[in-house]
Amino acid sequence: MEVTRREFLVFTGVAGAGLALSSLGINMGPVKAYAAEQKKIDKIKTAKQSTTICPYCAVGCGLICSTDTKEKKIINIEGDPDHPINEGALCAKGAGLFQTTANNPNRLKKVLYRAPGSDKWQEKSWDWALSEIAKRVKATRDANFIEKNAKGEVVNRVEAIAHVGSAALDNEELWPLQAMMRALGLVYIEHQARI
Amino acid sequence: MTNHWIDLRNSDCILIMGSNAAANHPISMKWVQRAKDKGGKLISVDPRFTQTSARADIYAALRSGTDIAFLGGMIKYILDNNKYFKDYVVNYTNATFIVGDKYNFEDGLFSGYDPKTKKYDATFWAFKKDEKGIPERDMTMENPRCVFQLLKQHYSRYTVEKVSEITGTPKEDLIKVYEAYASTGVKDKAGTIMYAMGWTQHTVGVQNIRAMCLIQLLLGNMGIAGGGVNALRGESNVQGSTDQALLFHILPGYLRAPTANLANLEAYLKAVTPKSADPKSVNWWQNAPKYVVSLLKTYWGDKATKENDFGYGWLPKLDVGQNCSWLNLFDAMYAGKIKGFFAWGQNPACSGANAHKVRQALGKLDWMVNVNIFDNETGSFWKAPGMDPKKIKTEVFMLPCAASVEKEGSITNSGRWAQWRYKAVDPPGQAKPDGDIIVELMNKIRDLYKKGGKFPEPILNLKWDYTDQKGHFDPHKVAKDINGYFLKDVKIGDKEFKKGDLVPAFLFLQADGSTSCGNWIYCQSYTNEGNNMARRKKDDPTGLGLYPQWAWAWPVNRRIIYNRASVDLEGKPWNPNRAILKWADGKWVGDVPDGPAPPMSDEKAGKYPFIMKPDGVASIFGPGLTDGPFPEHYEPLECPVPKNLMSGQFVNPTIKIFTGELDKHLTCDPRFPFVGTTYRVTEHWQTGIMTRWQSWLVEAQPQMFVEISEELAQLRGIKNGEKVKVSSVRGEVECVAIVTTRFRPFKLGDITVHQVGMPWCFGWMVPKDGGESANLLTPNVGDPNTMIPESKAFMVNITKA
Repeated sequence: MEVTRREFLVFTGVAGAGLALSSLGINMGPVKAYAAEQKKIDKIKTAKQSTTICPYCAVGCGLICSTDTKEKKIINIEGDPDHPINEGALCAKGAGLFQTTANNPNRLKKVLYRAPGSDKWQEKSWDWALSEIAKRVKATRDANFIEKNAKGEVVNRVEAIAHVGSAALDNEELWPLQAMMRALGLVYIEHQARI
Repeated sequence: MTNHWIDLRNSDCILIMGSNAAANHPISMKWVQRAKDKGGKLISVDPRFTQTSARADIYAALRSGTDIAFLGGMIKYILDNNKYFKDYVVNYTNATFIVGDKYNFEDGLFSGYDPKTKKYDATFWAFKKDEKGIPERDMTMENPRCVFQLLKQHYSRYTVEKVSEITGTPKEDLIKVYEAYASTGVKDKAGTIMYAMGWTQHTVGVQNIRAMCLIQLLLGNMGIAGGGVNALRGESNVQGSTDQALLFHILPGYLRAPTANLANLEAYLKAVTPKSADPKSVNWWQNAPKYVVSLLKTYWGDKATKENDFGYGWLPKLDVGQNCSWLNLFDAMYAGKIKGFFAWGQNPACSGANAHKVRQALGKLDWMVNVNIFDNETGSFWKAPGMDPKKIKTEVFMLPCAASVEKEGSITNSGRWAQWRYKAVDPPGQAKPDGDIIVELMNKIRDLYKKGGKFPEPILNLKWDYTDQKGHFDPHKVAKDINGYFLKDVKIGDKEFKKGDLVPAFLFLQADGSTSCGNWIYCQSYTNEGNNMARRKKDDPTGLGLYPQWAWAWPVNRRIIYNRASVDLEGKPWNPNRAILKWADGKWVGDVPDGPAPPMSDEKAGKYPFIMKPDGVASIFGPGLTDGPFPEHYEPLECPVPKNLMSGQFVNPTIKIFTGELDKHLTCDPRFPFVGTTYRVTEHWQTGIMTRWQSWLVEAQPQMFVEISEELAQLRGIKNGEKVKVSSVRGEVECVAIVTTRFRPFKLGDITVHQVGMPWCFGWMVPKDGGESANLLTPNVGDPNTMIPESKAFMVNITKA
């Protein structure tokens, strides 16, 4: 059912009138949407709830995700009223967090590869992609490894590979990420904090 | 933030400058409003009348890039009218320190400048020290060479008349702001600042913030409830990613990145461990060796031994002075020196200043790995308008990762609270958590190096055990490693710990290899008692909204840092009605204090309050920066005025100017007569790559626009809603014109200057016909300390499309 959020909000306000008019051949779409939303509320009652923190700005607002345990899908996300910072309130982005989940058809779901000179993506497996990346990391690193600088001091670094990102990752992902990059010898390690 | 979001409610006067919090940190305004409800005043200073300005008691406009002039005028006002908090300034800052004879300031330049290298020799700014090596002080602050007198002298030039002529702010507005804010320079009043990229994205970015630090110190606003210097960080975990050192110049926990001249661990530790001869200075960084060795033990595990310098030699070393920051990175990439590139959860094709150069640079790579939850202008740069895929050889691997609710882990907010979030569902399709991608990729690289390769030791010796029994990435394992372990049974003081115990706090870390800790400032986040970041208790013993058992804040759960400055020399709170700390019955009560030492008046054990500073006091005179110990007004690299009214030095003398074919900039050029600036909107986030794929948000903010004043619209014959072209010497962007009174022309003496503003959240990929990134216009020139680009002040033209 294609009902935009704005239309939905408008229509739900007049849902009673819509029901009365349905027998006169009026479009039932909005009414069905309302019914679907009611169903969703039933589901929320039985859903698994988990807390999260908003992924946008650094205020750190709390939210509650409701997950349909049978279908393993998030069916609702709303502000966490117990959270001391936002007390349940959210901005437009936080309130729309639902659209960052699998419910958004635009999410990337496939590993993609673009060959030199190609004008299209090819779908690949994780194993293939990570193996190929590892080969390129090694080839580039080994071919460009700098053991000593112009002064003859030992530097053991790699300037031919650079990394940027990311302030969107969790601390527990960032720590191994920087460890990996530093173990490879990278010095061009940067992210959003610099811009 | 030295303080935290909820603490805004404790303020008597909130200055929002260099930020539009109402649009970009909307929920912060809940706490600003609570302060206002109790009679607090809100001041908004911004080139544009923003959503924040609409909530303010006082609004003042200023031309982009003139914040130091504005704040310098406030410093002069505070000093001229004796509005400073004298006891605080004398005892808790270096205002009383005597500066050495070589320091001097003349016509916009500090002493020690070398025009050939465009660098200062900071030894010219050193303090005068006594025979013990302790800085000499004059507690009367009358010595003409003391910091306080030099400060007075420096800002004596910042008269209201001159400031107004530079900033374009009407004199009466300047006075209104100065009066209101300076009223917090008394014991029982607190003033705070909320700033963001409006201050950092300038060639004088650091000194903008320093100028405000000076004001906060003069008014005694540091370390107190409702005070502080509060950077509103713009990404959910940009605090954490900075703490974990995804930056070239630091290691986790703000330890300096090793350089080639420091050939072994001993030399490195000597260089990173400051000394203080003053017994009253805590000089906390003297503990650096404990944090360094514990970090090395986390990197390399059992492979790090005393005999092999704990693996120090396996870390890459920068040359002395080598700068691998963002602008240099893309300059090297454009020059073809970088072959492989990871763009991990970031979209530089739209976020980088002078984005055209960034996009061209991507085409010079051999390979790129792009990890994201949505397709984006970086991973798909080869099919951007104007690109010919046939001619672009860069291989691209686009890897789909999990969204925030599809994985488990912690993120650190602007108030330094590390908060745990839980996984609600699996990611869709092939998408997987970044943690798994990192672990699996490194496993494959390690497998290759097992068969040989250049300098394999750091790769093979890395302690890499971050998966659970099923082989999946385990965030708890990493969180515990970041916190740190005891690696053998030890007794520290009267406390005994067993091998395998989690370290309860960084006080217990050791420099002998008996402890590990991936990031010392996070030590205590995950202890034997459990995961402190996941706590949800809402007790509030001080009544000031510290919520000490909600999540966990670094360092050691201190909610307001520098809090030892909130009390007088006897340990009594300056403001008993908002006491975050007090000395009672031989101990500190309230927030976690900045160290356990008794108050300063205790002759034997008393300590200075600013424990992270080698001298124990806060720096009004800051000899550690690249561009001078006092903030000084310089014009932006691109500006609308022919000279700097404050001195003969036009722009910051220490900035690096790139000189390649795409590194163009023009100042005072009739082809680009208007000041341009960039900003964000509530509905989109950063480059918009997460939000532009969401129909609800795109419905609210569908396309690129430029805001222009009615006067400028008339001058150029532009009507509201018309398509226009905004151009700089670097590029052009088509926008819808919004003709508005939110921008007004600035009167700079006899000159009228127009300013326009654009959001930078759009890009060619999505939504259809949504417009391009404003970063096609911004200059790639950075602050000399941080190299953050000057995206907030540059010159543009505007014409009908």
